[in-house]
Amino acid sequence: MQVELTVNGVLRSDEVEPRLLLVHYLREVCGLRAANIGCDTTSCGACTVLLDGESVKSCTVLAAQAAGQDVVTAEGLAGDGELHPVQQAFRNEHGLQCGFCTPGMVMAAVGLLRENPNPTEDEVREGLEGNLCRCTGYHNIIRAVLAAANGAAEPATAQAEVTA
Amino acid sequence: MIPAQFEYVAAGSAAHAIDLLGQHGDDAKVLAGGHSLLPMMKLRLAAPAVLIDITRASGLAGISLDGDEIVVGATTRHADLASSDLVRTEAPLLAHAASLVGDPQIRHRGTIGGSLAHADPAADLPMALLVLGGSVEVSGPSGTRRVPADAFFTGFFETALADGELLTAVRVPRQPGVPWGYQKFVRRANDWAIVGASAINGRIALANMGSTPLRASAAEQALAGGASPAEAAELAAEGTSPGEDIHADREFRGHLARVLTKRALEHLS
Repeated sequence: MQVELTVNGVLRSDEVEPRLLLVHYLREVCGLRAANIGCDTTSCGACTVLLDGESVKSCTVLAAQAAGQDVVTAEGLAGDGELHPVQQAFRNEHGLQCGFCTPGMVMAAVGLLRENPNPTEDEVREGLEGNLCRCTGYHNIIRAVLAAANGAAEPATAQAEVTA
Repeated sequence: MIPAQFEYVAAGSAAHAIDLLGQHGDDAKVLAGGHSLLPMMKLRLAAPAVLIDITRASGLAGISLDGDEIVVGATTRHADLASSDLVRTEAPLLAHAASLVGDPQIRHRGTIGGSLAHADPAADLPMALLVLGGSVEVSGPSGTRRVPADAFFTGFFETALADGELLTAVRVPRQPGVPWGYQKFVRRANDWAIVGASAINGRIALANMGSTPLRASAAEQALAGGASPAEAAELAAEGTSPGEDIHADREFRGHLARVLTKRALEHLS
C-alpha cells in the first residue's frame, strides 16, 4: 500500500507492507536511525517519536496508521546547526550514560514539555515513566528536562568557551 | 517482532466498518489505537487477515453530555479522556482511571473502546466502567443495542460483543461531586494492576481478581447494611478466584483486594 506522511518536515510517499511498523519504516525506509528498537513491546520507550506533536512508541504504530500525519524523530529536532533546547540540556547536564535510551528520552521530554512547559520534578518523573534507562541514569535525565523547562540550557557556544 | 501479513482497510464511518466486518467475518479485527492488538499480533497471538482501522471513521471520537449521562466515543484516546474538563467534572473517576493507563505514549494512542473491547481483567477502564455503572453502545447489522457493564464482560478477554458488532460509544452516569476512591497496586511504572479496587456510590469493583473485572458484592451488601468501610472491605475478596502469576498468588491477591478496597472506601476524592 502507498502511505503519504511528513517525516522531519519532508513530505514522503512510500510503498509499504500494511504490517510495516513505524519504527521499521523510519529506520529502514527513511534511513533515520535515531529511534532505537529496545524492548519491542511498548515498554522501554527507546523508539519514541512525535506523531502530530505527541509522543508515541513507534514499535506499536503501523506506518499505515501514520498516513497523513507529521512524524518527528530526534534527527528532526536540531535546526541550523543549533541543538534543540532539550538536546542542549541533555548535553549540559550529562543526561545520558550509554546513550541507547537517549533519543527516546529526548523525544518523550520534548512531548512532555509541549503539554506541560513548567513541570515539577515529580511531573517530569511521571511524564517519563514510559521510558527506561537501563544504565539507571535517571538523575541527570530529570535534571536535564527541568533545565530545559527553565530555559537554562546554555547554547553550545557558551559551553565551548568554558571548555576552551 | 513483525506481525503476520494482513490487509489494511481504513473505515470511513461506523457503518462502513460494520459492513467490512460483515464481509470479512472472523478473519477481520477492528484496529483503533492498536495498543492491545498490535502487541498481540507482533507475538503472533493474533493473526487477523484483515485490519479495519476505525481511527479515521467519522463520528466515533469525542465526549459529550446526553441527559444524565456522559457519552464517550469509542475512539476517544486515554489522554483526551484524562484531560477532558467535562469528564473531570462529571465523572472524575473515569478521567483518573484513564490517566493511569500505561504511560503518556500509550495514552496518546490507546482508546476507551479498544480497552473495553479487549477486556483485560487487569486493565483500568473495564473496572472503571463497572464501578460507575456505565454501559456500552454496540452497533451491528441488525441495529444498535446497549449493554450494561455488568453484562458486557463475559470472560477472560471476552465480551458480549457478537460477531459483526462494533463498540461505538461508552455511556457513564454523570456523578459530579460524588466521592470516589481508586486504588491500583503495581510493582513497576506503566504496568497493569496486580490488583485494583475502586468505589463510588456504594458500588465496589475490582481489577485482576478473576477472569473479568468484578463487583465486590459481599462488601457492597455489607456497606448497604451499615457496615463500616473497614468491616465491608474484609469481605472484598469473597467469592473471587483470582489467577496466580509471578507477581502474586491467590492468597496475596485476596489480601490486596481487602486492603485496597478499604483504602478506596476511606480515601475518597
